[in-house]
Amino acid sequence: MLLRHTTDKVAERSALTINPAKTCQPVGAMYAALGINKCLPHSHGSQGCCAYHRSSLTRHFKDPIMATTSSFTEGASVFGGQANILEAITNIFALYDPEIIAVHTTCLSETIGDDLNQIIKKAYQEGKIPKGKKVFYASTPSFKGSHVTGYSNMTTGMVQYFSENTGKPLKQINLIPSFIEPSDMAEIKRITTEMGVKFVMFPDTSGVVNGPMDGKFHMYPKGGTTIEQIKSAGDSSFTLALGRVGAMSAAKLLDTKCKVPCEILDLPIGVRGTDNFINNLRKVAGVHVPDSLMMERGQLVDVMSDMSQYTYNKTAALVGDPDILVSTAEFLVDLGIKILYVVSGTPAGPKFERRIKEIAGEGVIVKTGANADMFYFHQLIKGNKPDLIFGNTYAKYIARDEDIPLIRIGFPIYDRVGHQYMPVMGYKGGLRLLEKILTAIMDRQDRDAPEEKYELVM
Amino acid sequence: MIDLIEARKNQVYVNRKDSFNIECDKKSVAGSVSQRACVFCGSRVVLYPIADALHLIHGPIGCAAYTWDIRGALSSGPELHRMSFCTDLRENDVIYGGEKKLYNALISLIEKYNPKAAFIYSTCIVGLIGDDINAVCRKVSAEKNIPVIPVHSEGFKGTKKDGYRAACEALFTLTGFDNESEVPKHSINILGDFNLAGESWIIKNYYKEMGIDVVSCLTGDGRIDEIKKAHRASLNVVQCSGSMTFLAKLMKEKYGIPFIRVSYFGIEDLSEALYEVARFFKEKELIDKAAELVGRELSVIYPEITKFKSRLEGKKAAIYVGGSFKAFSLVKALRHLGMKTEVVGSQTGSKDDYDYLKEICDEGTIIVDDTNPLELSHFIEERGVDLLIGGVKERPIAYKLGIAFCDHNHERKIPLAGFEGMVNFCREVYSSVLSPVWKYSPAYRKRKGGTV
Repeated sequence: MLLRHTTDKVAERSALTINPAKTCQPVGAMYAALGINKCLPHSHGSQGCCAYHRSSLTRHFKDPIMATTSSFTEGASVFGGQANILEAITNIFALYDPEIIAVHTTCLSETIGDDLNQIIKKAYQEGKIPKGKKVFYASTPSFKGSHVTGYSNMTTGMVQYFSENTGKPLKQINLIPSFIEPSDMAEIKRITTEMGVKFVMFPDTSGVVNGPMDGKFHMYPKGGTTIEQIKSAGDSSFTLALGRVGAMSAAKLLDTKCKVPCEILDLPIGVRGTDNFINNLRKVAGVHVPDSLMMERGQLVDVMSDMSQYTYNKTAALVGDPDILVSTAEFLVDLGIKILYVVSGTPAGPKFERRIKEIAGEGVIVKTGANADMFYFHQLIKGNKPDLIFGNTYAKYIARDEDIPLIRIGFPIYDRVGHQYMPVMGYKGGLRLLEKILTAIMDRQDRDAPEEKYELVM
Repeated sequence: MIDLIEARKNQVYVNRKDSFNIECDKKSVAGSVSQRACVFCGSRVVLYPIADALHLIHGPIGCAAYTWDIRGALSSGPELHRMSFCTDLRENDVIYGGEKKLYNALISLIEKYNPKAAFIYSTCIVGLIGDDINAVCRKVSAEKNIPVIPVHSEGFKGTKKDGYRAACEALFTLTGFDNESEVPKHSINILGDFNLAGESWIIKNYYKEMGIDVVSCLTGDGRIDEIKKAHRASLNVVQCSGSMTFLAKLMKEKYGIPFIRVSYFGIEDLSEALYEVARFFKEKELIDKAAELVGRELSVIYPEITKFKSRLEGKKAAIYVGGSFKAFSLVKALRHLGMKTEVVGSQTGSKDDYDYLKEICDEGTIIVDDTNPLELSHFIEERGVDLLIGGVKERPIAYKLGIAFCDHNHERKIPLAGFEGMVNFCREVYSSVLSPVWKYSPAYRKRKGGTV
């Protein structure tokens, strides 16, 4: 009864978030920056921000997360953080020798009004940035958006600073994923390679935050998109953005800046999501879908139909990040699962709400942004209990109090492993997600079955 | 030694080989991968375990999200502290101020939850936009008739230590209220134990057995009503000295309560803590009881520790923790296991702390203030360390290096304080160091003379 304090009546709140269903922009920016090869994310703010983000990502990925901080002091907060970041840049290159520093701002530096564009220019002019090395930044104040928009801002920054249309078109397409797991990024790359399509994907955290244990501490693990690749994205023939909230902005900028046309897709979760991704890939790259992928699709559909009696007419409540919610909802609907509630702390706007209603029907309750928190989500659940909850680790309190199985998906997941290495995207990932769902449903059925109905074969 | 950044040279010291004095109490160098946190973090971890208070974070959502139920500070009753309350300041609030939002949030939360008191944490941004949180707190306190205490924990105003200080100041305002309830003759306050994994309960039981009452535990399993009468205890017993000595000093000044600094971790320090408290009351009976307790417990745990020691003898350890008192106890505890401390450091140690550390460490031990992963992993490899003791950010570094790890921070799941805690500690070190998984580690194979 950890959340005994949650009342079942939904009360209007104006000034308050209770048990957030989001976190702040900088952590998303840090995560995106880790998706660049040999990049060191830099937090331009107090020491605590950087420590918290690193702890948070470390808990989620169970891997070392490297990032530096401007270590703001009282003085910096009065006179601006220019001196801090110039000193930081010198120190970082001297000690840690990254190829690139990705600076993100915080509420502190944004409120002070540090002009990072100008400061970074100054650093270049004063020779503080060694030849061939790079520094760029994204604006990510914590009082706007959420970790997903922070991720999006940093990804957009990559385009803004590095992508270039050289006038020599390349036969490759760009893939920009939203804030998703490294395992899912790897799966998207695998599918694209399987299709025989040449591509650039950024950011790409696979191999960075889910590295192997080889007895060494690597400041810069092998993974990540290189600056050369991000630069070449400006010469690509097309961009597929996967996830509107997390990936659209970078794709749109590639269009306006480098004239690379784009399509904004949902994340490839489930049959429809993956079909849509593969179909677009096929069209823009002019390739055929190989038998190997058709086989994977067939297997997913096979298990969906084999087990449909267990999923049909179940109910679910979803909380988390908007792009993941949209595609998960679509998959659940295909399984015959009815969606009752969809809540996201990220201010995803009316388009998100429309999309969810399109997928799940007008009856679904959707709330995003201010007051769309775990407390509200819990109140909804108390009003009408679903069979399943989909959410991050923080949803476990609700799951326990209400005795409802929780399928962990999204960020953060602090209390289970697997998400770092095994995807939920693509047909194979769909199979994994489906397995999780079925196991949850069947475990519950076994637990609650009277002895005479306790079944061997299910 | 690796190329230390110039400004860090004086924060790394090889015991009895280097001649300079270690530098500490410094802000981290800008641009370092510091393992340190901020003022807000310091205040939040100290006050967090007070379970019947409302903890409201006045700031952006991140500060609330990252400190939501991250610390296993157990409560035997209410669990209001495990909820995350935040004014979630947005751009408009930054422009127009957040006082009204804070006021409304406080009123509705106090009405809903009836807390015994409320702590309002000020974050970086509140320090900048200049909300007068003192005034809001005073107003709400008068209206709702409970203590509403501002905690001035703006992140940029110093280090985590300054956050401890702000928390102590906040706690201090709660003392001195209750002069009626009974307080027994032999009574103490426990300062600086946060009841992680139930450690305060273990310590309280020892005191109870000795015939000493604990008026208030600050802040493990903490209650506002207990803090209100804390000023009437005879002695303040301060653990984790970094966080709570300041409060002990304030209470000494105002209420004349003497204080001692102790550690409940490891055999020597724990026994000495119990004896010292017993001696304070100058009664033979108490000292006898302490001796009886220590003797009995030691006879139970010694055989167990000896078993672990036989397998751990000669292994090497590195320690990197927040507070230096913890580091002292760990160096000694590892010695009981026959393990040598090769590297030891803290985030917040003071000059005196490091002088003491130099005394208790062997020649050649690397002593380091405010280290970073690159340095730490370098020292670990250089010294062929088998075990790292640290917190959340150090854990994956140890595992990537293929060496054992013991969490001595927020995320510990078993009590490490007290006599039973010592056995738990030994068991954890033992099971991590001797885990069969390390045989897949290249570092391990190399140490064993194999090929990588």
